[in-house]
Amino acid sequence: MSMDRPRRYHAAVWDEPLVHEIGHPGRRGVVVPEVEPDVAAVAGDAAELVAPAARRRRPPSLPELSEWEVLRHYLHLSQQTLGMMGISLFGTCTMKYNPALSESLISLPQVREVHPLQHEETMQGLLEIVYRLDLALRELSGMDRFVFQPGGGADAAWLHACITRAYHAARGELAQRNEIVTTIQAHPCNSATAAAAGFKVVTLPLEENGRASLDALRAAVSERTAALMVNNPDDMGIYNPDIAEWVQTVHAAGGLCFYDHANFNGVMGKLRAGELGFDACMFMLHKTFGAPKGNGPAVGAYGCTERLAPYLPGPLVEPVGLDGDLDPSRGGTEDLPGFGRDGVRFRLVEPEAGVGRVREYLGNLPQVLKAYAWVRAMGAEGIDEASDLSVLMSNYVDARLRSIRGVTRSNPEVGAYRMEMCRYSLETLTQETGVRAVDVQNRMTDFGIDAFWLSHEPWIVPEPFTPEVGELWSKEDVDEWIDVLALVCAEAYEHPEVVRTAPHRQVTHRIDTGPLDDPARWATTWRAYRAKHRMP
Amino acid sequence: MAHPYMASALDDQRDEMLALIGAKSVEQLFEQIPPSHRISAPLRLPPQLASEAALRRHLERLLSRTTSSEETLSFLGGGYYRHHVPAICDEITARREWLTSVWGTPSSDQGRFQAWFEFASQLGELLDLDFVGLPVYSWGCAAGHALRMAARMTGRRSVLVPEALDPERRAVIANYCGSPDLEAHLDLATVAWRRDDGRVDLDDLAAKLSSDVAALYVENPNFFGLVEDQVADMVGMVAEAGAELVLGVDPLSLGVLAPPGELGVGLAVGTIQTLGVHLYAGGGAGGFIASRDEERYAREYPTLQVSLCDTIEPGERGFGISLFSQTSYGAREQGNDWTGNSVYMWSIANAAFMAAMGPQGFADVGAAILQRSHHAASRIAELPGVRIRFPKGFFGEIVVDFDGTGRRVADVNDALRSRGIFGGLDLSRAFPELGQSALYCLTELHTAADVERLVTALGEIIAHGEEKGR
Repeated sequence: MSMDRPRRYHAAVWDEPLVHEIGHPGRRGVVVPEVEPDVAAVAGDAAELVAPAARRRRPPSLPELSEWEVLRHYLHLSQQTLGMMGISLFGTCTMKYNPALSESLISLPQVREVHPLQHEETMQGLLEIVYRLDLALRELSGMDRFVFQPGGGADAAWLHACITRAYHAARGELAQRNEIVTTIQAHPCNSATAAAAGFKVVTLPLEENGRASLDALRAAVSERTAALMVNNPDDMGIYNPDIAEWVQTVHAAGGLCFYDHANFNGVMGKLRAGELGFDACMFMLHKTFGAPKGNGPAVGAYGCTERLAPYLPGPLVEPVGLDGDLDPSRGGTEDLPGFGRDGVRFRLVEPEAGVGRVREYLGNLPQVLKAYAWVRAMGAEGIDEASDLSVLMSNYVDARLRSIRGVTRSNPEVGAYRMEMCRYSLETLTQETGVRAVDVQNRMTDFGIDAFWLSHEPWIVPEPFTPEVGELWSKEDVDEWIDVLALVCAEAYEHPEVVRTAPHRQVTHRIDTGPLDDPARWATTWRAYRAKHRMP
Repeated sequence: MAHPYMASALDDQRDEMLALIGAKSVEQLFEQIPPSHRISAPLRLPPQLASEAALRRHLERLLSRTTSSEETLSFLGGGYYRHHVPAICDEITARREWLTSVWGTPSSDQGRFQAWFEFASQLGELLDLDFVGLPVYSWGCAAGHALRMAARMTGRRSVLVPEALDPERRAVIANYCGSPDLEAHLDLATVAWRRDDGRVDLDDLAAKLSSDVAALYVENPNFFGLVEDQVADMVGMVAEAGAELVLGVDPLSLGVLAPPGELGVGLAVGTIQTLGVHLYAGGGAGGFIASRDEERYAREYPTLQVSLCDTIEPGERGFGISLFSQTSYGAREQGNDWTGNSVYMWSIANAAFMAAMGPQGFADVGAAILQRSHHAASRIAELPGVRIRFPKGFFGEIVVDFDGTGRRVADVNDALRSRGIFGGLDLSRAFPELGQSALYCLTELHTAADVERLVTALGEIIAHGEEKGR
C-alpha cells in the first residue's frame, strides 16, 4: 500500500526572466504579410489614413524577440508549472483527463476557422454536435433543453439569475419576488450572480447534521422568493435527502429551483435533476465532461424544463425535418435514414421572450465538441462506472486518512459514506504543531504532488482541504498522494519548521503576500512595477 | 479490461478498496441517496465508442458538414476577426501543464502565474494603462462589468452606450444593467450616431450627459469600423459631468491608433480574441478590463489580478493573486459582481502573440489593415449602384451600401456563398436606417487577388440582379 520511499522530485527551475527583460531591439517573432504595391498605391500612406488626433504617438514598449526566443520562453514557463504533471486531487473541480483526440480535432479548420456569424447552412456539422450534446445532457438531467452560451459555471448561474428575472417579469411578479435563497455551502457564484442580477440573497446556515434544514428553508421561503440555487451533494460529500421536499416547498411559494451540478461526478447516471423537480440545472463541461478546465475557455451548460425554455438566450439550434427529437440511444446521424443528408438540417432561432445574450455567440463550441466526444467515448456504461469509481475512491481515501495523525473529517457526526469528495480538517495538526493547511499544501508539492484545494469562502471547516479523485487517477496514484500527505503530517510533528517554510524543491520559495493588496506596492503590470520601484 | 480514461476500473482493485473501506458493494456507498431519488430508468445514450479510431471517424464525419472560413473567402467581422495566429501560439496553448489544472501554488505553478502577468503587462503597454485584470468571458462581458464598476464608483444609476453598437454585445450589456423592477439596476440609454459620418453625435451626448449618468461606453473603432477622432473631447465632456468614460478597443489596432492612455481614458475594455486566438465558431471570445493604477478603479474590479511580488528568499521574484478578497470568491455576494472560470488559456496565447509581434508587428499589422481596407473600399465603390456609406477614416471594416443596386444583402450574400465567398455581415435588420448595407471586414490576410475576386463576383451578381429586375 505504501511507497518504499518518497519520489525524488525537484521542479524545473529555469530562473526565467520576464519576457520584457529578454530579446534585443530589431528582432521579431512574426512577419506581417507585405502589402502589395498596387494596394499601397491605391490606399496611400497608412499614417495618412488616420486623423492626426487618433494616431498613436509613442510605440508600445513591447519585447523584441525571435520566434524561437518566444517559444522557448513560454515552454520554460510551462515547465515551471506543475500543472497536474504530478497527482492532482483538486476537489470541487473534478480533475479529468482531456482526451488527446479531442485536443487534436479542434485544430481542424471545421472547428478552428469558423466565424460565429457564418450562415447556418455552412455550420451544419457543428450545429449537429451542439444538438447531439443537448440530447445527451437532457437524458442525463431530465431537462428539456440545453444551451452552451455561458462561458463557465458562474456564467450559467448568472444566466439562471437573468432567466429568473425574465420569468417573473413576464408574470408581473418580479418587483415582489426579489429574493433568491441559497445555502452557505453553495459555491459563491450562486449568491454573487443572484446579487448582481438585483436580488436579495437569503443564505441558509448549516445545522448539526452538516446541512441546512427543511425547516429553515420553509421559514425563509415566501411570496418574495424568486428562486432557489443549490448544489447537492455539497463539498463535504453530504447529500441532502430532503432535496425533493425543498423543491416542492419553493415551488409551492411560486419560486424556481436551480440545481448547480458542480458536484455531478458522483451522481452521474444515479439521479436526474428533472425527476427531483428542478426547473433548471447546470453542468460544467470543463469539469465533468472531459473538456479542459484551465480556467477557461469553459462552458456552463444550462438546461431547463419547457416552462423556462421561452426565456433561454439565443441563438438556439433546432432541427428541421426531423420527426420528433433524435432518439438519444441511436448512434451517429449516419445511422438514421435521411439524417444529415437531404432531409434534416439545423437552423438557428431566436427565442421570442429570451433574455438575449449572456455572452456573445453560441458558446465555446470546441469545448462542446470535446464534451460530446467524451460522452461518446464513455457511453452510458462508462459514465455510470465513472460515478461508481468516484465515490469508491473517495471513500478509499477517507478510510486511509482516518489513520493519519492530525487529520479529521468534516462533520464527524455524519457517519454515512460520503459522495465523490469530502472535506477534511487539519485543525488538530495546527493546534499541536503550528503547521497550517496551506503549509501542508506547499510541502506536498516538494514531492511532485499538485496542490490540493482548501475550501471556498467562508471556511466553515477550519484548516480545510478537499480531495476529490474522480475516475481518472489510479489506485497507485491515490496511494502515493496519501502516503505523501501522511509523510508531511508526520514531518509536521517532528520537524514543523521544514513544513512551515516549504516548499524547498519548487520553482520559487513561498511568496511574500504583503504587496498584493497594498496600492503602493501591488503591480499587475511590469510598467506599474517599474514605476513603483523607480526603475527606468 | 479498464476503459482507457479510467485506470482503476478493475475488479481486483475495486475489491481491494471495498475491503479497506469495509463495505460490501459499491452500491452501499450511495446509501445517502434515498431510493426514490434514484434515476427512474437506465441511461439511454448512443453506443459507447471507446475505440479512438471509431470515435475519430464519427466526429470527422460530423465535422465534414461544416465549411470553414479558411476554405472560403470570408469578409465577416463585426467585432470578431480572423487574423493570422502564429503556430507557436497553438504549440504553447496545447501544453498539458496548463490544460486542466488551474491554480496550484504560486511556487509550484509559477510559470502559469508569470505567463498571466506577462499577458497583463504587454496588454498594458499596448493600452498605455498600468492596471490590467485577468480576462473575462468576452468583450461584452467586460463592457458590462466595467459599466457596473463605474456605477459603483460614481453612485449613479444610468449608463450611455452608442446606438451604433454590435447587437450581440448590446444584448450582453443589457443583461448586466438588469431590470427596473429590482434594486440596483442601471438605466441603459443610447447616444445617436451622426448620419453624415457615422461617428458618435457629440450634441446628442451633451444632451444626455445628466447628473444621473455613471458612464459613457464608446468603442474605437466603432461598430461601423470608423475611427472616433473625438474621443479626447468625449473624455472631457464625461469628466465634466462627473461620469466615467469606458473605451472599448481592439488591441490589434493599437500599433497605429491612439491607445486609451494617450487619449486620457481611465477605464478600458476590449477583445483579446484578435491577439493570437482562432475563431472557433465564437469559442475564441474573451475580454479584458484595464485602467489607470488608481485605487478608485482597482477596488472595483470583479476579476482576479496577478501581481509581481517578492518571495521569502531575498532577491527572488514571485507572483500572487492581487485583490482576491473583493471578488465573489473572497466575499460571495458582498464582492464586486462575480467571477468564475474565464478564458485564462487565451491570455497565454495573447502573451505569446504580443511577444512575437513586438512593436514593429503591431505597427505593420495596423498599417496593413488600414491599407487593405481602404484599397478594398476603393475597388468596391467602383461597382455600379454600390456605395461606401462612410468613405473616410475607417480601420478594417467598411459599410457597403447596396441600396443603389436594388438587391438585398441577404440575396447578394447567398449568391456570394454559392461562389465560395462569405459576404459582409448583413446590417439591414439591426440598422434599417442604413438600408441594404453590409459590414465588410478586411484584415492583413486579405490579398489584392482576394479583393479582385470579391469585386468580380459582386459585379456579376449585381448585373444579374439588374437583368432580373427588367
